[in-house]
Amino acid sequence: MLSSTRPTRRRALAASAGIATLALALTACGGPSEGDDTVEGEDITLTVATFNNFGYTDELLAQYEAENPGVKVEQIVAAQSGDARTNLTTKLAAGGDGLADIEAIEVDWLPELMEYPELFVDLTDPELEGRWLDWKVEQATTPDGALIGYGTDIGPEAICYRQDLFEAAGLESDPAAVAELIGGEDATWDEYFAAGEKFVAASDVAWYDAGTAIAQGMVNQIDFAYENEDGTPKDLATNDEIKDIYDTITAQSAKGLSAGLGQWSDDWNAAFGKGAFATMLCPSWMTGPIESNSGGVTGWNVADVFPGGGGNWGGSFLTVPASGKNTDAAQKLAAWLTAPEQQTSAFVEAGTFPSQLEAQDSPEVQEFTNEFMNNAPTGAIFSNRAKAIESNPFKGPNYFNIHTTITDAITRVDVDKSDDPAASWDKAIEAFQALGL
Amino acid sequence: MATLTSTEPVPGLGAHRQRPPRRLGFSQKLSRWDVKVSPYLYISPFFILFGITGLFPLVYTAVVSVHEWNLLGGQGEFVGLQNFDDVLAQAVFWKSLVNTFSIFLLSSLPQLVVAITIAALLDQNIRNATFWRMGVLIPYVVAPIAVSLIFGRLFADQYGVINAMLELIGLEPVRWHSDRLASHFAISTMVNFRWTGYNALIFLAAMQAVPRDLYEAATIDGAGRARQFFSVTIPQIRATIIFVVITASIGGLQIFDEVRLYDQTGLGGADRQWMTTVLYMYDVAWGGQRDFGRAAAVAWMLFLLIVLIGLINFLVARRIASSGPRAPRVKRSVTKRLLQEAKAAGAGRPGPRAPTSGHGPKHSSTTTDRRNS
Repeated sequence: MLSSTRPTRRRALAASAGIATLALALTACGGPSEGDDTVEGEDITLTVATFNNFGYTDELLAQYEAENPGVKVEQIVAAQSGDARTNLTTKLAAGGDGLADIEAIEVDWLPELMEYPELFVDLTDPELEGRWLDWKVEQATTPDGALIGYGTDIGPEAICYRQDLFEAAGLESDPAAVAELIGGEDATWDEYFAAGEKFVAASDVAWYDAGTAIAQGMVNQIDFAYENEDGTPKDLATNDEIKDIYDTITAQSAKGLSAGLGQWSDDWNAAFGKGAFATMLCPSWMTGPIESNSGGVTGWNVADVFPGGGGNWGGSFLTVPASGKNTDAAQKLAAWLTAPEQQTSAFVEAGTFPSQLEAQDSPEVQEFTNEFMNNAPTGAIFSNRAKAIESNPFKGPNYFNIHTTITDAITRVDVDKSDDPAASWDKAIEAFQALGL
Repeated sequence: MATLTSTEPVPGLGAHRQRPPRRLGFSQKLSRWDVKVSPYLYISPFFILFGITGLFPLVYTAVVSVHEWNLLGGQGEFVGLQNFDDVLAQAVFWKSLVNTFSIFLLSSLPQLVVAITIAALLDQNIRNATFWRMGVLIPYVVAPIAVSLIFGRLFADQYGVINAMLELIGLEPVRWHSDRLASHFAISTMVNFRWTGYNALIFLAAMQAVPRDLYEAATIDGAGRARQFFSVTIPQIRATIIFVVITASIGGLQIFDEVRLYDQTGLGGADRQWMTTVLYMYDVAWGGQRDFGRAAAVAWMLFLLIVLIGLINFLVARRIASSGPRAPRVKRSVTKRLLQEAKAAGAGRPGPRAPTSGHGPKHSSTTTDRRNS
């Protein structure tokens, strides 16, 4: 023990250390405790959490503020939907603290939230009946009839293709001819693959980008793909419909129709610029990634056709978490944001195709053309494709777990080439059993 | 302690003087507490913070692991060790363990060897020493996410830079994602890129603390550079090697960012060929199963595993790093006994602590021992 420090000074040090400790403990326990308790008539701030680009501009939100004095609207934008999902589920798990008043959710993660409808405000409103496509409303309606989200956009699928590569392969390349080649009004998957065989025979380029993308398109046309109506999972080993799809897709890989890319991988992104494939399944929002990945490659066009009937891929909803402080005001804002006028302007702004019938028929949408896609009339094409959608595939809480086992199995054959189709299917069955459903 | 006893009033003197005021007694008491308590008070902020941010989650995770616990649904029934059972029965868990060890070995071992080598080179007389020393730290400054994104493009299977170069010189492209070992190698490369320089700097700091006269003596004795490195440097930085080995193992068993961002799905590949245990834990909690109970069970098993590996490392590293006879260790009880004897012998004089357990003399004596042997 050193004795050079005088006792008084040491005491002062001890005291300050004690205070510092106390301060630390206090700050640690304090936590965020903002949140102005709003009394009727006072100014309120509503936060809207979205991701990617919903097309809600500052001007649009300012318009709402002008029409509703005393309400301030703030938008929080996550870069990717996955980030928004993690944020939402983590905060819901923590009791709802820190959530925005309006949380945008994607249809992909809707099923897991539908299991806990009490976490969200029931947005049912008789006045809004008939605003959306029926199947869009059905997606967000719980078995008890509660509506947990207002639809924003949808992803009706067409076929995007490389006009220049079609020409190089000596095939007719204008959109109408391509639509006819793939099968026209009642195109089937067999016709799509047959056209592909014709194409790859005359070209070095693959027909489509990824086997998992085709799986997404085909599985989305089955009403009850992996689960029964009551939500119980079907046994994958005896699920013939899925096995058929799996066999079909892996057979195309063997024929060289697939470019063997994992969707959204670095290779996939680079493949656009390299011109590695000629067609792809193309929901309305896909025109954005195609343009940003192509890096100088022009020649993309859109054919008004889709094999096996219509198909929808993606789309979002606005929900109001029940833990919010101003749920009534938030519901009003959500209803306003998803009104046909606002969704039309969002489409023009960001290309998110509206799920509202009235917005789809509006002149702004119908007359919209996409400059990058060789001025294809994408507004008219995608509203045409939206009308072709007949089924609303049931997606229960286990849908994505089971679907992942299938996409993994296809990836092993199509991308990794590490297993033959039969061995990979066995692994999928194993993975399905490991889920313990 | 000696100072305290000396300030105590000497009995007998009080009779002549005025009785000291009462508060002096209190202040004495205070100063006694001060001496006893304040060291603990000074280090307490760390332990209070650790209690809140480290110990509490640890205990709470144990509570979660014995319950049914859904990400959104929250706490369910008490299930005992069922979660541990479930996890152990999942083939992916075992696969992830193998992957973790493979990536850990591929990253830690080369990393340490290269780091020590770099440190030894930087320890020489080179021009612009600070420039080179800072240079090796630059990769550490780069955020792991940026590292992963850059290496993701380098290691892409079809259009990656590395495969393009391999093809350029006429070699077969490596399937960096499909092939299990290749993917482990690619991920280890990212880890090594980030941590080698950092570890090199730690080693360098330790090497600079080695007394220069040891090298002079070694040179006089005719030891070459390599001999000096293995017989002087390595034994002298033993403690640092143990420290780095343990931190590297803890880090190596917790690799997450690099694997999460190695492909677009972030689940360790279609065959889970590069899924690590931490990633598996994340997937169990936030992915398909959404099961916090099982994830907590994984977390605890991983914790125990890391403790075990840490212990093994500690023992192995101590053995490897000490060439020559080990420094004689003096038990605390022996020191105490010696102290007491010394106190008794030289009553009143400060105890002769230094010769028996002092830091400096012990060191130099052991090193001379080592050189002679």
